[in-house]
Amino acid sequence: MAVGNGNRKEQFEQLDGVIAQWKGVEGGLLPIMQHAQEILGCVDEEVQHYISAATGIPVSTIYGVATFYSQFTLKPRGKYTMGICLGTACYVRGSQQVLDELEKRLGIGVGETTADGMFTLNATRCIGCCGLAPAMMVNDEVYGRLVPGDVPGIIEKYRARG
Amino acid sequence: MEYYRSQVLICTGTGCSSSNSPAIIKRFEECIRNAGLENEIKVVRTGCFGLCENGPICIVYPEGAFYSHIKVDDVERIVSEHLVKGRVVADLLYKKSVTEDGKIRSLEEIDFYKKQKRVALRNCGVIDPENINEYIAFDGYKALAKALTEMSRDDVIDVILKSGLRGRGGAGFPTGLKWKFAKAPESDVKYVCCNADEGDPGAFMDRSVLEGDPHSVLEAMAIAGYAIGSQQGYIYVRAEYPIAVKRLRIAIDQAREAGLLGKDIFGTGFNFDIDLRLGSGAFVCGEETALMTSIEGCRGEPRPRPPFPAIKGLFGKPTILNNVETLANVCQIILNGPEWFASMGTEKSKGTKVFALGGKINNTGLVEIPMGTTLREIIYDIGGGIPNGKKFKAAQTGGPSGGCIPAEHLDIPIDYDNLIAIGSMMGSGGMIVMDEDNCMVNIAKFFLEFTVDESCGKCPPCRIGTRRMLEILDRITHGKGEDGDIEKLEKLAKNIKASALCGLGQTAPNPVLSTLRYFRDEYEAHIYEKRCPAGVCKALLSYAIDPEKCRGCSLCARNCPAGAISGQVRSPFVIDNKKCIKCGACEASCKFGAIVKR
Repeated sequence: MAVGNGNRKEQFEQLDGVIAQWKGVEGGLLPIMQHAQEILGCVDEEVQHYISAATGIPVSTIYGVATFYSQFTLKPRGKYTMGICLGTACYVRGSQQVLDELEKRLGIGVGETTADGMFTLNATRCIGCCGLAPAMMVNDEVYGRLVPGDVPGIIEKYRARG
Repeated sequence: MEYYRSQVLICTGTGCSSSNSPAIIKRFEECIRNAGLENEIKVVRTGCFGLCENGPICIVYPEGAFYSHIKVDDVERIVSEHLVKGRVVADLLYKKSVTEDGKIRSLEEIDFYKKQKRVALRNCGVIDPENINEYIAFDGYKALAKALTEMSRDDVIDVILKSGLRGRGGAGFPTGLKWKFAKAPESDVKYVCCNADEGDPGAFMDRSVLEGDPHSVLEAMAIAGYAIGSQQGYIYVRAEYPIAVKRLRIAIDQAREAGLLGKDIFGTGFNFDIDLRLGSGAFVCGEETALMTSIEGCRGEPRPRPPFPAIKGLFGKPTILNNVETLANVCQIILNGPEWFASMGTEKSKGTKVFALGGKINNTGLVEIPMGTTLREIIYDIGGGIPNGKKFKAAQTGGPSGGCIPAEHLDIPIDYDNLIAIGSMMGSGGMIVMDEDNCMVNIAKFFLEFTVDESCGKCPPCRIGTRRMLEILDRITHGKGEDGDIEKLEKLAKNIKASALCGLGQTAPNPVLSTLRYFRDEYEAHIYEKRCPAGVCKALLSYAIDPEKCRGCSLCARNCPAGAISGQVRSPFVIDNKKCIKCGACEASCKFGAIVKR
């Protein structure tokens, strides 16, 4: 998410609220980090230090968690994250070809973000939509029964949405 | 209570939602309002009907008219014809739900449902998952009431033991035994965890239960809590399942409000509450000790066992961890008795199992069948066979921990032990069907890529061993396989299985071993003949033009991005294999089927 400095202060205030809610709760670090990523777009070094200072959890632990789980990102993601499913059902029904088309159309590889900050491309594990294979998630929206030809239309839809 | 003369059930599971069911619901409500029928007809948002292939699905009762592939534009016609005039819109019905003389078949008579027995999925597609009253109307929370008021803690464990219920998450450990072990230790705090981190690629039954019937999981967790003496439950659910997360939150809130979770449930003095924890995208967290480490807020790495979770689990306290589908069976067992449950299935595998049918099969979706049903029945009778007249090659079960079942075993009754005996496993129930166009070496490589990616790195056999195996497979699929590679794979597989720390590593070599067992000839073709029999591995392919079929239209030459095709118009063209990049554009463009892959 393209995050400007202007509202970053407010975002950290929001994070304060989350930390107050979870601080001291056993196993509260993951929920704090999940919220932090939602609010700030990523858990970069600054965010990790901030959580560490507020909770007393060593920053090394936080970094360890951030790099372990694939949902956490240390760099801001694009406004829309396109996650094409490479689970077995999607794979045997040709999701690799859809991914190839996405890479071609967006001009980026897996794990990269477009220069305008609009799209991040991910190859995800099974999203449980095997009945609609091959499937893709764009943020929380699911698209199913994809063929490479669907790709330009979907990209266009989000570009138009801005 | 309001009385409605007709009910319109629409699936709001993830499958149908992505096929636009929310817009269809909106349109239904609009049209019904416009017709002034809002007090006579109710629109119910339900969970998954299982037949995702035909979504969005809508069933109108009392007739039981099964509409499939509905579009927003169809809704007005269904309302004005069916709901106003009472005339079923025949052309929109799911074709297999209508008899030859135009009568509507009931759900149980449709091929897809005929052989199914819905226990874990009984409420999916029947009730509104966001309304606790509908769950209660279908005997919801009755099992909890029975357990708390009529049964001792040992009675509950006894019933589950006697039923023969085994864990549906993969390994098939007897559920009652797990509960018994966790009841034994004295501890002021114990935990009940639900594993909803469904990560096996190709399995989505847990998702459907959570989306379609979340209360059945909450109720079963409370029963488990009572049995082992726990007051706190955690559901660890994948963040990739936003609809399931939302419905679980609603369900927990409603249950708390109704006094079915929280303090002094049913006035018995029993306290039990449930919290959600979201997974963050790590497959290994489906392993029980890793899942607990993750709930504790750490890197989700597995721990050595013993100590087993029943003794020292979450936060160091006695803990049980059950899979969603396992829990979805519990309430029915308490209500109907262990004999009822044990009457279904085979000698050592009781009850039913939900499978997610996917891949090269006509009816993709969720099916629940009694244990002991044969693979042939699942694939041909329920699944409707393989599309495009292709030949069945193998069914993959057990995800990255499982294996492939070839055609020679189509008639084996499916249960835990039979699947192990033929080199696969039940796993969580993903069943991916493959046809003659799938290369088994490539599939084995696909699964190993998965485990290499998802290995947490804690133990060397898994971290390094699986990577070495992948490198060998990579070479083989790129035409650089050598004599001795198969033996190297087998040796590595044996060592990894014996020495890896957790279930993920110990089972990681299975896809390779099972494909080697049944499709060794494909490996040999890749290694010794530099040939991919299924025509998948690009490096081993070469394209050629069949001069008999080629009409010399030059279309392929114009489509070739590498300029590898040449010839005179109206006489056969040829492909220069030195220039060919094997993209397949010629094959896609040829109208005469003259391009052959070798």
